[in-house]
Amino acid sequence: MSSMPTPDSTAAATPPDDEAMMQISLKVNGREITCRVAERKHLADFLRQDLQLTGTHLGCEHGVCGACTIWVDGVTARSCLMLAVQADGCELRTVESLATEGPDGHGLSPLQQAFWDRHGLQCGYCTPGILMSLTELLRDDPAPTEEAVRITLSGHLCRCTGYQNIVAAALDAAARIRSAV
Amino acid sequence: MDTPLPLPLRPALPEIDAPGRVDTKQMIGTRARRIEDEPLLRGEGRFLDDVRVESSLHAAFLRSPHAHARILRLDVAAARAVPGVVAVFDPATIARELTSLRMPLGFPSATLQKDITPWVLSGSEVAFVGEAMVMVVAQSRAIAEDALALIDVDYEPLPVVHDVRQALDSTAPRVRSDAVSNVAERVQVGYGPVEQMFSEAAHVFHESLFVHRGAAHPMEGRGVLARFDPAFGSITVWTSTQMSHEVMHTIGAMLGLDQHQVRVIAPDVGGGFGCKYLTYPEEVAIPAAARALRRPVKWVEDRAEHFISAIHERDQRWDVEIAVDADACILGVRGRLLHDQGAYTPQGINLPYNAATSVTGPYKVPAYAMDVLVCQTNKTPVVPVRGAGYPQAAFVMERLLDRVARELQLDRAEVRARNLIAPEKMPYEKGMTNRAGVRSVIDSGFYAATQATALARIDYAGFPARQQAARAQGRHLGLGIANAVKATSRGPFESAIVRVSPKGRVDVYTGALAMGQGLATALAQICAEQLAMPIEDIHVTCGDTGYVSLGMGGFASRQTVMAGSSVHLAAVEVRTKALKVAEQLLQVPMSELTLNHGRVEAIGRPGVSITLAEIAHKLKGAPGYSMPPGVTPGLEATGLFQTNNQAHANACHACEVEVDIETGAVHILRYVAAHDSGTLINPMMAEGQIHGGIVHGLGNALFEKMGYDDQAQPITGTFADYLLPTSTEVPNIEVIFSQTPSPTNPIGVKGIGEAGTIPVAPAIVSAIEDALSPFGVHICEAPLSPVRILELIDAADGRVR
Repeated sequence: MSSMPTPDSTAAATPPDDEAMMQISLKVNGREITCRVAERKHLADFLRQDLQLTGTHLGCEHGVCGACTIWVDGVTARSCLMLAVQADGCELRTVESLATEGPDGHGLSPLQQAFWDRHGLQCGYCTPGILMSLTELLRDDPAPTEEAVRITLSGHLCRCTGYQNIVAAALDAAARIRSAV
Repeated sequence: MDTPLPLPLRPALPEIDAPGRVDTKQMIGTRARRIEDEPLLRGEGRFLDDVRVESSLHAAFLRSPHAHARILRLDVAAARAVPGVVAVFDPATIARELTSLRMPLGFPSATLQKDITPWVLSGSEVAFVGEAMVMVVAQSRAIAEDALALIDVDYEPLPVVHDVRQALDSTAPRVRSDAVSNVAERVQVGYGPVEQMFSEAAHVFHESLFVHRGAAHPMEGRGVLARFDPAFGSITVWTSTQMSHEVMHTIGAMLGLDQHQVRVIAPDVGGGFGCKYLTYPEEVAIPAAARALRRPVKWVEDRAEHFISAIHERDQRWDVEIAVDADACILGVRGRLLHDQGAYTPQGINLPYNAATSVTGPYKVPAYAMDVLVCQTNKTPVVPVRGAGYPQAAFVMERLLDRVARELQLDRAEVRARNLIAPEKMPYEKGMTNRAGVRSVIDSGFYAATQATALARIDYAGFPARQQAARAQGRHLGLGIANAVKATSRGPFESAIVRVSPKGRVDVYTGALAMGQGLATALAQICAEQLAMPIEDIHVTCGDTGYVSLGMGGFASRQTVMAGSSVHLAAVEVRTKALKVAEQLLQVPMSELTLNHGRVEAIGRPGVSITLAEIAHKLKGAPGYSMPPGVTPGLEATGLFQTNNQAHANACHACEVEVDIETGAVHILRYVAAHDSGTLINPMMAEGQIHGGIVHGLGNALFEKMGYDDQAQPITGTFADYLLPTSTEVPNIEVIFSQTPSPTNPIGVKGIGEAGTIPVAPAIVSAIEDALSPFGVHICEAPLSPVRILELIDAADGRVR
């Protein structure tokens, strides 16, 4: 991603003086960050509020809908079920990092492109989390079956699409990646 | 209705299937990729909670844990003392900021009981779990929630109305102490000689049906951000809504402001499905707090709040009878509908009214009578969710027709075919009126053909052999069919401005509201059809009252029809104007001019052309210089397509299921959806609407149940208890479109957003009943959980397990 602001210091994100804080160091989308964060703040709120990475969305905050899915140390995790302080020392990837996978360095990744071509999104709210899970699947299984895609996707709720075009986009992206290798 | 404008002739355009290709002719009828998508895919969408205003404060609401209670004492002192808390608004303090503590009724009604709308904050009594009583405003949401925990409330629990049947009991408690009756309104709808038809009928069959619809559950919940500008006394409100203009008017009325002082902006909306088509108490409370505190205030609900305080669509109990002659031709339908409205009526009775008046659907029903009782219970209030009463109505009608077929030992498809309205009867007068008194007239459609298409695709004729073969292996297959008609494109109007700037930028502004369907792309395609330019160069702004003074918003599958027609009218006017100016400047007759990629060109004369930017520059005017003769200033036009007629979309769904009689699991083997939504603007997006609509319907048929116990306590408060369909339960849906243009609008379209949802539950239930026919299972309800299916098998007469 091109520009990520420094951790936010505006009033909205500043806790009162007595709130318990902790210093953490972590890598987010390839960038080293050291900052103080409220101990009780969950990771999704930290990404969205402190780092202004608002591509990660919150749909339920109880770990079911999958909209907040990111990568922690190379595997998917629900950022609403982790505290920010638990990410101390970790390497995170969010949806904002995916576009760098494109052919010209800042274009859409093959998966993002397939979502666009195959109408794999409608309102787009659940999309970032789904992209993170399917990117992981395609990394681990270059030729997934439809069933494998659907099983991965079953950890996500989408109210708009009925999933059909998402499945088609994932299979299409896998084929594109294979043919590009 | 306005005189339809002829569509311009358009060449046959190739479909856009090749990935990455850029096509400059993404007009009506092409599978154009959406112009909305790229930022959404990059994580650069701007949903409500992504909108940042410096120095914002954050609100949280104290909500009732009781279904019904009197508030004896409310002490907020400890909450006020929490460091970081800026203000605590109880009903008395918020009332000082408002013209009324009670919300206005969404749709005016002369007959509805008074005092039935929700409170902005409830002060003396709470009537459902989730009702807001206090708003805390603090430096962060977390601090606001800390403070909520310190508010001291003494409740006196009151008796509870938890069920519509109980609500009618003469000894039942009142839903609220200010309620005149638990029945908010009773209406009779219908037509024709019902008594006579039933007395002369060869057969009469009765059914008692129960339909539960659940909630809308867009993946983005509700949220509001308000910023007050003291210099102008004006307020800007961002809200995740389906109706910016109505929210603007309501905020104005509640805060004592006029239209020019309130701007409502809907940012990217993460789905609506009906639950954002009303003004919520929070949408008034947050602007009131922002004005009182002179600080921006934001509130973003979490899912737990959404479950109990965003609207539901809830239980309907139908007792109905159908009268048929010896040939299974319908003579009449009559009955009673008990509709569960919840604790308040925010909007009116549009939902039960829609349900009651849409039962007859695509069928000829000579006589009809429905007695509708809008019952209040101590549960979250109800307004329409995707389908708006039509899914329940279709469930009723299709269940009755299946019953007729079974009793008379006729084929289910044959019974339907005998009763479908014939195309030569179009336009077909339904004999009923809508709430505003407008006669219900079906404009067009080929219903028998739609059914035949679905049956052919699923190999209906070959199914008995498949079923027999499966039964021989101990497997239970069933096939279900259901028809539907949806009156779409509700009027009276929608707004659109098409504007070309002197730099050549094309903007479309509309009061319609995008919430994920691809409205911007559809409107851009309609505009591109006239201006002959790539849709990527057309900028569509929806739902911002700062740009367009009038608007209705997103509901009733209306926007492609209504806003699309308005864009069409405005774009035609801009095109015509551009051609007129070019004719004068180029000295070429209009008949020899064409628009191409932002230029007006002389056909067959390369180099003789003028850009739209140059024309717009000319029409912006220069001091003292006259406009080109016969042309008004500005290369822009406003379209306000206006109609009371509704374009009727039609569908027939056919599905094949397998029921596991040991576990009660239902596997959907095939799902075929034949649809007529008129002219398709973008077939790819139209398919997406059908896919999503059907899966919403599958949720209502098999999974989604907002549960309450007998004290009206919600028992499904998370997505682990309330099940939305996931990717492993839903089939690949086979969508087949026919395109009968609607005569109600200049672009021939019919709405599509809800059409997919309506026939799903009756089709699935019909298939399950068919699969379980060896056991004699008769199904009168939805949704059907696996456990419930096992109960039905166990309870059935013909038990052979």
